[in-house]
Amino acid sequence: MGKTVIIDYGSGNLHSAHKAFERAAAEAKLKEQIIVSAKPEVVAEADRIVLPGVGAFKDCRGGLMALDGMEEAMRAAVISKGRPFLGICVGMQLMATRGLEHETTKGLGWIAGDVKPIAPKDPALKIPHMGWNTITPTGQHALLDGIKTGDTGLNAYFVHSYHVECTLPEDVVATADYGGPVTAMIAYENMVGTQFHPEKSQALGLALIANFLRWKP
Amino acid sequence: MLKMRVIPCLDVKDGRVVKGVNFIDLRDAGDPVEAAKAYDKAGADELCFLDITATHENRGTMFDVVRRTAEACFMPLTVGGGVRAIDDIRNLLLSGADKVAINSAAVSRRAFVKEAAEKFGSQCIVVSIDGKETAPGKFEVFTHGGRKETGIDAVEFAREVTALGAGEIMLTSMDRDGTGKGFNLALTRAVADAVSIPVIASGGVGTLDHLVEGIKEGHATAVLAASIFHFGTFTIAQAKAHMAKAGIPMRMAT
Repeated sequence: MGKTVIIDYGSGNLHSAHKAFERAAAEAKLKEQIIVSAKPEVVAEADRIVLPGVGAFKDCRGGLMALDGMEEAMRAAVISKGRPFLGICVGMQLMATRGLEHETTKGLGWIAGDVKPIAPKDPALKIPHMGWNTITPTGQHALLDGIKTGDTGLNAYFVHSYHVECTLPEDVVATADYGGPVTAMIAYENMVGTQFHPEKSQALGLALIANFLRWKP
Repeated sequence: MLKMRVIPCLDVKDGRVVKGVNFIDLRDAGDPVEAAKAYDKAGADELCFLDITATHENRGTMFDVVRRTAEACFMPLTVGGGVRAIDDIRNLLLSGADKVAINSAAVSRRAFVKEAAEKFGSQCIVVSIDGKETAPGKFEVFTHGGRKETGIDAVEFAREVTALGAGEIMLTSMDRDGTGKGFNLALTRAVADAVSIPVIASGGVGTLDHLVEGIKEGHATAVLAASIFHFGTFTIAQAKAHMAKAGIPMRMAT
């Protein structure tokens, strides 16, 4: 049985993420153990790692750094051992080089890019980008297998004012249209991030989580 | 394209739905979790719980309701009612709420909105404004369920809480609430056009055309209703189909 750990660093709706992962695993008949932990040694040993996150980039970065040894454990598991990693919302943004929310904060630097304010072309569009939107893949990714995307596809739940602007366009896997393209999903090798909340996205979310639990990058 | 949202709102008192939810065969029409599950299945875009528990001692029951809802429904949940302190917000978020609505506490102490947004992020701070049209084109903030006037201009107040970090405004037309006559569209539009954040229109929905008006004429990006859904007058699907037919982008199937 595999072990998926959701990192508890004081940010995010861990309870619902935990339950959504359990539900997705059960529905897909995957014998995966889902645990929530703040312990670096648990993360270092995990088969899959999930980094959730809501709030401001700097606060989340600070929360992660406050856990002694956590970043090293994440690097050991994700970078050295190549374990599948999923960042959600600010957890995805933390994968970037820098966050430019309020002030410049260094990210994990796993995917080259900056976290910048979204700037819809239509000034009447509200910020945050809040609610259900479809996503359009810009390439192929295992996490989107079997999920109906595009204008007539399933919707994902977004709530954010910033997004990742990737240095390399090929790191962007999917975008959402909100007065222009908004980065919805990024990936590099065994790492993937979603700006939307799969744990709040009903059918699309549960399917994507199941794909993550099956993913063998 | 971003979809406009339909949000059913449940009044919860001491852990029970006030008046019950009668649109579907529920084993227990008074259980908020059962109602939440039914709305989740029916395709609601978000869910809102308003805790009207009178006593502080009974507030804990809401955390349990929220926790059980978050375990069963994978959709966004906003909880409001009696939110006065940072700890209230923390407890609701830890129980599984995605957003917390602040009402009178934002009126009595503006700095609370700023503290809350800084602590938990703007994305989860909804400021709930009860507005009334006191003279043509003049909109005022009321508290205590619309009974107490504050002398505060609703549009100005909306601008202020936006600047303080609110991520969304839930605007209730208090002069329409419970009447079934539709939103106060002048109020809704005045607030929605004044702020950069999303506005949820609430109060007074009696027909499906009212939902359309809230978006098209009120410029809201979400509509909230209670009785038309709870009493089974209309289903969520009917509401969405009607809005889509009027040219509003809606999320039709999950």
